[in-house]
Amino acid sequence: MNTNLSLKTPRAIAPFVNLARGESPRAQLDVLFRTVGLPVIGLMVFLMLWSGVAGKIDTSLGQFPGPAQVWNQAEALYVEHVAEREKAEAFYERQDDRIAERLANDPGYEPRIHDYTGKATFFDQVITSLITVLSGFLIASIIAIPLGIITGLSRNLYAAFNPLVQIFKPVSPLAWLPLVTIVVSAVYVTDDPMFDKSFLTSMITVVLCSLWPTMINTTVGVNTVSRDLLNVSQVLRLGWLTHVVKIVLPSSIPMIFTGLRLSLGIAWMVLIAAEMLAQSPGLGKFVWDEFQNGSSDSLARIMVAVLVIGLIGFLLDRGMLALQRAMSWDKTAIMR
Amino acid sequence: MTQSHLELTGVDIEFPTPKGPFQALDNINLKVDEGEFISLIGHSGCGKSTVLNILAGLHQATRGGVLLDGREVDQPGPERAVVFQNHSLLPWLTVYQNVELAVKKVFKGRMSRAEMRDWIHHNLALVQMDHALHKRPDEISGGMKQRVGIARALAMQPKVLLMDEPFGALDALTRAHLQDSLMEIQADLGNTVIMITHDVDEAVLLSDRIVMMTNGPAATVGEILTIDLPRPRNRLALADDPTYNHYRHEVLTFLYEKQKKVEEIGSSSPAAAKGTTKDKAKERVA
Repeated sequence: MNTNLSLKTPRAIAPFVNLARGESPRAQLDVLFRTVGLPVIGLMVFLMLWSGVAGKIDTSLGQFPGPAQVWNQAEALYVEHVAEREKAEAFYERQDDRIAERLANDPGYEPRIHDYTGKATFFDQVITSLITVLSGFLIASIIAIPLGIITGLSRNLYAAFNPLVQIFKPVSPLAWLPLVTIVVSAVYVTDDPMFDKSFLTSMITVVLCSLWPTMINTTVGVNTVSRDLLNVSQVLRLGWLTHVVKIVLPSSIPMIFTGLRLSLGIAWMVLIAAEMLAQSPGLGKFVWDEFQNGSSDSLARIMVAVLVIGLIGFLLDRGMLALQRAMSWDKTAIMR
Repeated sequence: MTQSHLELTGVDIEFPTPKGPFQALDNINLKVDEGEFISLIGHSGCGKSTVLNILAGLHQATRGGVLLDGREVDQPGPERAVVFQNHSLLPWLTVYQNVELAVKKVFKGRMSRAEMRDWIHHNLALVQMDHALHKRPDEISGGMKQRVGIARALAMQPKVLLMDEPFGALDALTRAHLQDSLMEIQADLGNTVIMITHDVDEAVLLSDRIVMMTNGPAATVGEILTIDLPRPRNRLALADDPTYNHYRHEVLTFLYEKQKKVEEIGSSSPAAAKGTTKDKAKERVA
């Protein structure tokens, strides 16, 4: 497509490269200060304030953790994770050995394989939460985008749907959760379940809450397709599908992505709350368990979770942004 | 009785407003022969665009109607291709793809893939845009965009080419270039063209007849001026031509003496009223 693709230096190292080339050192240092220096200074100030304030807060579980304790706990969580993995490996090894031994003595023996049932580590919980949020978000998007396009195109459908959307949009996930839990237990009854009930409960709650921003923004995007382009479509007598694919979708891509990013942010926040309340596996459960646990390390461990939740939320948003850049025709649009 | 190529008969249009219907056009009658170049000229807000939209089928006349080769015009269609003022190219498609969209729609089943490709190339060559096939609209200049818009319209092989102030947004030099190109193309292809303009020179230079419209509301055809200048016309040679200057003078007299426009201030001004009707019209079309 793009014929004038040039080899570009990544933005982060561009000032260094330019500096090495000897291009106006003053200007390059300015750029460096703004892109690297200022964020680092911001971080330092935050860490200093944190450790200063933390030392002054005494709780029932001891002093509020400062950056150092939190870092220690992050390491501890990693060590626990590695240890747990080793235990699991050892378990499976023992099981395999036992079965092999048994088979050697009794060739007719049908081995029963047991899963390792150790405690889920912090990293397991992160993975669970990520899978849940992405599945929920994906399903919500698959429902919301077509629905948004249809309601955007037809004023009658919009009039029919809009009141419902406005009513369900502000509903807190925690209000949905009991209903979803009960309904899932009642409806999802199989002997050989493909998904855990807890997974379904969290995921459906995520879907219910992350539908709306995507749907509303898609509707708005479709509604604001320029009059001129609609005229072109009419003069050409484009069919419905061609009209949607060639005219409507490309013009609403920026709005659709605005909606998707809002939805993903909401989905991630909702999921943590839902996991906490429903005791479904995931980061929310980790936080709740540590809270109940009430050891002297708990606060620091919760703080680790808080930072990881924030970091993942940020990375998810960046991911969507990258996807938008890849899919949108308008590469010049400023995206934050 | 011989039938005209294109005929507007007793066209009225009313837009509903909260204060009752607003009559924008009143009893427009016009007969156009095949291959004629007609300009519509008038002050802004007089309903020129509305006439063009009725011809395009984007608006429906309240009374009266339009016949094209004996068939009533009641919806938009590619046999009445429109060149819009602001080019209206799809910004996510390349120059080639923009024309391709039209060609695929109009010639589906009638042309092979290779024929379509040749036809697209041919039309882009016609407007001298074959060097930028794979550029997107935001990578080319305003004049180039308008050339592509013309190529897209021509590629539909329309019976009538409708142009809504096609060069209005361009600088004077670019405009002159495009006017010359348009004259050459029209001499070659013999299209019937109806063009809205408020540039007197453009109207006299390009047209066979100039339709001068009275001021709105309830605008109608004031005078029709036949431009009897030999073609091909050369803008430099015509600059000192007494006949040319006479025609120019006629149009200017119509616009600035007979239809002298008094800008009113306040909500009842024609411009404001037009604004509301345009919005209404948008809703109707949507």
